[in-house]
Amino acid sequence: MANDTNSFRTPIGRARGLGSAKTGAQAWLGYRIASAALAVLTILFITLVISLIGAPYEQVVATFKQPGPVILTVLFLGFLFHHAAYGMQEVYEDYIHGKLAKVFAIGATKMVALALFLAGAFAVLKIAFGA
Amino acid sequence: MAEFSLPANSKVVPGKTIKSASADAKRTRTFRIYRYDPDSGANPREDKYEIDLDKCGPMVLDALIHIKNDVDSTLTFRRSCREGICGSCAMNIDGRNTLACLKPIDEVKGDVKIYPLPHQPVVKDLVPDLNQNYAQLASIKPWLQTQSTAPSRERLQSPEEREKLDGLYECILCFCCTTSCPSYWWNGDRYLGPAVLLQAYRFIADSRDEMTGERLDALEDPFRLYRCHTIMNCTQTCPKGLNPAKAIAEIKKLMAARAA
Repeated sequence: MANDTNSFRTPIGRARGLGSAKTGAQAWLGYRIASAALAVLTILFITLVISLIGAPYEQVVATFKQPGPVILTVLFLGFLFHHAAYGMQEVYEDYIHGKLAKVFAIGATKMVALALFLAGAFAVLKIAFGA
Repeated sequence: MAEFSLPANSKVVPGKTIKSASADAKRTRTFRIYRYDPDSGANPREDKYEIDLDKCGPMVLDALIHIKNDVDSTLTFRRSCREGICGSCAMNIDGRNTLACLKPIDEVKGDVKIYPLPHQPVVKDLVPDLNQNYAQLASIKPWLQTQSTAPSRERLQSPEEREKLDGLYECILCFCCTTSCPSYWWNGDRYLGPAVLLQAYRFIADSRDEMTGERLDALEDPFRLYRCHTIMNCTQTCPKGLNPAKAIAEIKKLMAARAA
């Protein structure tokens, strides 16, 4: 914490610290936009999945060859993993105080989120463009 | 990681019990007060004082003054104006940060538990070390800043422009809100906290201030501003009935307005 009693640094020196990062507004806005988009996309995606319950294999494949469901699913996955990664980043920034551990946790989470998104998008696109 | 439990030397142990109320006292009340003396090297303790409410005024601060004057002069706390305008007697009463001078004893059910403001270093008993909070306040330059040459008279403001400062200028800087904020508990070294952000917005919202952009620049930071997760403890606890959470939201809106 800032109240390191072994340091002779003045309180104002500590408060000014490294200065402002001059960033954060874009990320904050992006998170809100993703939230709003997900509110709609989640409902549409769940509706799509429910409509396919019990449908034969051929019908599901045929559905995911149409542009609407494919775009919807890829969009949903993109916003979902963006939102999840940013949400986890906020948690890490709140609770992990080791500099290296924090950077590693944030980086690893973003990598995993990106990989999961690519895997999901690839699967959908494979059906869409597959024979 | 964040520390979720107290370090061993901060665990509060039971302290002494002092009954000052006479046997024929009609209205008695027990005050359980956090005591810590850094010179003794001992853990903090919780002393119990049973006092006669007819010997003191109606507010918690009146009881504290009665205890210090007539029961135990070693009890240490800050107080000055005793009418909710100086912010000195901010402390945690009955589990909520508030001003002892504005908190009626009657509002507390059962024993009255009094602790210092949470998650700050304790100087002694109910006196927290607020140096960091004051330094953070100074860091946002809480004064009018202008570019234009000073006019020969006061800088003018319309009644509508003046109204925008209502709910902001009343803050007395008691730091009840800041010390109630979990985000400030975990990241107080970098997050400015609700009190300082409300002050920052007070000058951002002031039509006479000409350094709005620079003020926003200085706040745009994942930690200084964006540790606020709208937990709203600040607004719930403010003894002056102000809304620091709304002030922070207004800053975020301005940030978004200039970024989008």
